[in-house]
Amino acid sequence: MRTSFVFSEVVTGLRRNVTMTIAMILTTAISLALLGGGLLVVRMVDKMQANYAGKLEVSVLLTNDVSANDKDCTQQPCAGLRSALEQTSGVETVVFQNRDEGFERFKRIFEAQPELLKLARPEAIPATFRVKLEDPDRTDVIKQAFEGKPGVKGVDDQSKFLERFFEGLNGLRDVVLILALIQAFAALLLISNTIQVSAFTRRVEVGIMRLVGATRWYTQLPFLIEAVVAGIIGAVCAVGLLVLGKAFFIDRITRNLTESGIIPPVGYLDILIVSPWLFLTAIVIAATTGYVTLRLYVRL
Amino acid sequence: MIRLEHVSKVYKTSTRPALDDVSVEMEKGEFVFLIGPSGSGKSTFLRLLLREEVPTRGRVYVSNFDVAKMSRRRVPRLRQSIGCVFQDFRLLPTKTVAENVAFALEVIGKPRNTIVKVVPEVLQLVGLDGKEDRFPTELSGGEQQRVAIARAFVNRPLVLIADEPTGNLDPDTSQDIMLLLERINRTGTTVIMATHDHGIVDSMRRRVVELSFGKVVRDDARGVYGVGR
Repeated sequence: MRTSFVFSEVVTGLRRNVTMTIAMILTTAISLALLGGGLLVVRMVDKMQANYAGKLEVSVLLTNDVSANDKDCTQQPCAGLRSALEQTSGVETVVFQNRDEGFERFKRIFEAQPELLKLARPEAIPATFRVKLEDPDRTDVIKQAFEGKPGVKGVDDQSKFLERFFEGLNGLRDVVLILALIQAFAALLLISNTIQVSAFTRRVEVGIMRLVGATRWYTQLPFLIEAVVAGIIGAVCAVGLLVLGKAFFIDRITRNLTESGIIPPVGYLDILIVSPWLFLTAIVIAATTGYVTLRLYVRL
Repeated sequence: MIRLEHVSKVYKTSTRPALDDVSVEMEKGEFVFLIGPSGSGKSTFLRLLLREEVPTRGRVYVSNFDVAKMSRRRVPRLRQSIGCVFQDFRLLPTKTVAENVAFALEVIGKPRNTIVKVVPEVLQLVGLDGKEDRFPTELSGGEQQRVAIARAFVNRPLVLIADEPTGNLDPDTSQDIMLLLERINRTGTTVIMATHDHGIVDSMRRRVVELSFGKVVRDDARGVYGVGR
């Protein structure tokens, strides 16, 4: 196989249909950028889940009465509740935190907001069992078993809030991926069309190639490589779009959330990790579409 | 070398067979004229040799190839052993004379050093040395056909198929082209030429196979165009 020959054919082909080629590259780029965006959201959700999974706790808040009178959890109903919690299957650790400790913790968390601290009184903070589960998804068990028991003021489940947040992110991811899919379909049709046009404009060459006994591969490869090269350029543009999107858009709108540690920032490393998938997708889609088109529509 | 055994070809779009039980044999090094009116089956005959078409019935042999039965993957091999020339030259307008000839070798993967050696040789053979860097549009019809012949012959095929190669040329130029085909024939290449040109067939006195309505109606070892009509 003479690579120099094949590549000179590819360059000629891409130049000859320059408008089609540009359309093909742009559509591919937008499609891949959307796909990349979707993948970044997936990565973000994964990171957050990993981040929070170890820290998620169920808080069993105790009534005011217990909070005020039982500092060490030695009396009933506190001691009974503790042993009941410890014996519940799936519970990893149970930590008792009395009102004073709770207040200290509150002060630590909000040390940046002194005006809030000035208003706070220890009496507002209930004593709490902080329960860590082996499986953070099974918070319902605790809620069902302990809510309403004597001495229990309520069961606070952090995971419920996060779940809603993740649902939002996953919805965003789905929308982005569906858009990517629609755009990918457009890209696919354009690739197929471009190859047909390309084969038509080169029908004399192709006819001669067939006649002098060029193999199927030799005749088809320039068209396939043409599609793949356009796909790769599209992927490069897509990565460019993601980098620009991160620098000028995502960073700006998520600054507050990332700085306070609520959501992890989207880093250039994330884009770097996502981009091989974009290239792979581009190459696979371009090559497959090209191959199928050549087999179905073009007699080579 | 070339053998057709009871070959029939019926196109789906036509009720009358394009070829009807044709059996012909051609030896290595022969020069054969294939004559007959338009629609008599000459082109189908040639297309069967190239495996552009598959016969409806019968068998086609070219050299060692069982053309009708061979797998698609072997078709390029067959075509590499057959050179083709057409009435309309079929040159690539964006390539020079030398590039047009080299193209035929490039696309079958011949190494560059072979190509640079062989292309000037064949251009000299067809009488185009000095015009390597011209483009087809800068050449006369006769010269363009020489380029086409050079391209067909550069890979030293066993068979050269010429489908009305002089159809677009004036009588003098046609004579030159015939001399060239004769020279190629003398190298041992079998030449099969489909033509309507009485003058050429009569003056060359070579084997003539005449087709009419898809049947071989005449096969003379040293024929002329008009006899038997």
